[in-house]
Amino acid sequence: MHHHLILRVVTKLLVGTIILYALYVQFHGDYSPGGGFQAGVIMAVAFILYGVVFSLASVQQVFPPWLVHKLVALGVLIYAGTGVVSLFLGYNYLDYGAFTPHHPEHGQHYGILVVELGVGVTVTGVMVAIYYAFAGRTPVISDEEW
Amino acid sequence: MTFLEALRETVSWVLILSGGFFTIVGAFGIWRFRDFWARLHAASITDSAGMILMMAGMCVQAGFTLITVKLIIIGVFLFITGPTATHAVANAALVSGRRPTEAPGLTGTEPQR
Repeated sequence: MHHHLILRVVTKLLVGTIILYALYVQFHGDYSPGGGFQAGVIMAVAFILYGVVFSLASVQQVFPPWLVHKLVALGVLIYAGTGVVSLFLGYNYLDYGAFTPHHPEHGQHYGILVVELGVGVTVTGVMVAIYYAFAGRTPVISDEEW
Repeated sequence: MTFLEALRETVSWVLILSGGFFTIVGAFGIWRFRDFWARLHAASITDSAGMILMMAGMCVQAGFTLITVKLIIIGVFLFITGPTATHAVANAALVSGRRPTEAPGLTGTEPQR
């Protein structure tokens, strides 16, 4: 367990910061560079870093594969559901003005936030799922050999 | 331009340009040095030094604003991650059996069981 001590300590410091930065990029994306895709990738990086330095088993305790697969679908559902809600309110698909008809700019603001949240959730799920698929293969060399 | 503004511009550009100098020297080191260890040394040390100097120069340029706070946060982040990445690369090379040519009998670096 004393192997890679420096990497373990630094990773424990950084994972929380990376998740916080991902949330900043996610919800500040309409004022500064960023948005759902970038935030999703940064969020996935936190989990991937944790999995690389600790182990696949320990990251899967935090973020189990069944939850990852649900998140992939959930993000698309949030995105498409936003569009369907605006359809039911009598507007075009993904016309965010439907949410606050008296003040369409506010509705567009909230609509973008919700859609970007959907994008972020899906991208996080897909990136982590790809990492799980690669890292979950049977290892060629055992952990003690290097 | 008042004296303070001129001083601020001078200090910030001296810092930024010296940071750029360190980074370019590091790039030459990666290009020209002999073996893996010397190149890693050139890459890591000059990178940290250049990063700190450039961040300090940009902080002076930005003044007491939110940008300075963000720059300091980025600087702290790079200051932690840069040496850690260098350590990880060097550790992986050492554990996989690569040794500096000046110290072929270097001990205490065998893979830990």
